[in-house]
Amino acid sequence: MTILFYIFAAVTVLAALNMVLQRTPVYSALSLIVVLCSLAGVYLLLGAEFMAVIQVIVYAGAIMVLFVFVIMLLNAGHEAPSHRSSIAKWLGAPLIGAFLGVMLMVIWDQFPPTSATPPAHIDGGPAAIGHLLFSNYVLPFEVTSILILVAVLGAVVLAKKEF
Amino acid sequence: MGTFSDMAILVIIAAVKIALVLLILLTGIAYATWLERKVVAHMQARWGPYLVGPHGLLQPVADGIKFILKEDIMPLEADKIIYWLAPFLGFVLAFLSIAVIPFGGSFTLYGHSIQFQITDLNVGLLFVFAVTSLGVYSIALAGWSSNSKYPLFGGLRSSAQMISYELSLGLAVIGTLMMAGTLSLRGIVDAQSHTWYIHGINTWVPHWYIFAQPIGFFVYFTSAIAETNRIPFDLPEGETELVGGFHTEYSSMKFAMFFMSEYANMITVSCLATILFFGGWHGPEFGPMIVRILLPLFWFSLKVFGFMFFYIWMRGTLPRFRYDQLMSLGWKFLLPVALLNILVTGFLIVWHG
Repeated sequence: MTILFYIFAAVTVLAALNMVLQRTPVYSALSLIVVLCSLAGVYLLLGAEFMAVIQVIVYAGAIMVLFVFVIMLLNAGHEAPSHRSSIAKWLGAPLIGAFLGVMLMVIWDQFPPTSATPPAHIDGGPAAIGHLLFSNYVLPFEVTSILILVAVLGAVVLAKKEF
Repeated sequence: MGTFSDMAILVIIAAVKIALVLLILLTGIAYATWLERKVVAHMQARWGPYLVGPHGLLQPVADGIKFILKEDIMPLEADKIIYWLAPFLGFVLAFLSIAVIPFGGSFTLYGHSIQFQITDLNVGLLFVFAVTSLGVYSIALAGWSSNSKYPLFGGLRSSAQMISYELSLGLAVIGTLMMAGTLSLRGIVDAQSHTWYIHGINTWVPHWYIFAQPIGFFVYFTSAIAETNRIPFDLPEGETELVGGFHTEYSSMKFAMFFMSEYANMITVSCLATILFFGGWHGPEFGPMIVRILLPLFWFSLKVFGFMFFYIWMRGTLPRFRYDQLMSLGWKFLLPVALLNILVTGFLIVWHG
């Protein structure tokens, strides 16, 4: 199981790097799909099979298809390197370093290597998640639904040019 | 045989099952092409393939040899990596979803319970949907990477079409899932094993969800035909307008891979229709033990064959939809109907308890 985790983790990180470094938009989009799918693999190892499958259906299977669709529609080719501003050049690297440091500190605080006890078995099946969504988390769930509804309405209004 | 550990036996059983399922699926695909040519030919008062073997039964073998021997041509301006990747992606994904399809019950051999299924996931149905939702990349990327205008149109059409119909496909089966109370495909079939009772009276009608969810089935199968890019929704490859659509620039084995993944997807969709609405492998069981084990497989195959025949029948009957008709059918008719079906099913379940 541990070896599988390292494989998925390595694929995720490499694909994420490739996504940022690629100059062709389609390759970047494809790398992002690989990142999402291998993250689903990590979810699967944690016993969250429902989350894993939903991750693939929603992100890799639906949202990224729209990305690829737009890239194909615009026929976006090789991206020309932009002239980076000097602020980005001087501030970028230290800020990334600081962000990485903070993230590592949080992770270190949460899971100190000395007391690395694996979490108790979690039921990641659809029934357990459904119960939680409609009992403990019903307010966030409904608020998110309304947010998405507003976004859909906004998209329709923007797409319909004449009012 | 006491030297084998349980783990080794499990691995051997799984490997044998995978090999058998792949073999049967590949043969099924080969003979689905034969069946299609034969049935369409007879519908059009022709003979169809007749020369290779009796009634053209060896035609799929001849076709396979032809595909392997043909020259593999790649367009000069194609995006090499993605052009290669696309057919393989489609092929692998089309075969992956068969892993969770249950073909029959289970039997005991030397103390080991063996199921007619490669693996039973508790999110089996969602797994199939996840795999099919990735299948669109194969077609879209094939169209884009060919760097040619007709394949690009085909790829664009297919990504728009498959995204639209995925919604109604997913929503159509929710009524069934609400009644079965599980996402495991084996669990859904098990929930259909008895007969319908009305006010405590046995009607002797099998407890198949087609009788409770006819609208769900109609929406499911219509969307499934669109998802598999078949007539009347075969716009991504409509040969009268787009030459060959997304696979115009593909030749030899790479074209054969698109062809085979299309048929594999048809078989998967037919299997799902059988499982969700027609009681899976359930049917009359009688006779000695060995017949009782094999009969469910026969019933399952018969139902899947029925759906495959229906696919071909549609192809022989209906003309292709226009693009705007396709979109308005999906978004303005199938989607609202599927949502309404969920609402009514929910009310009825609460009403009857």
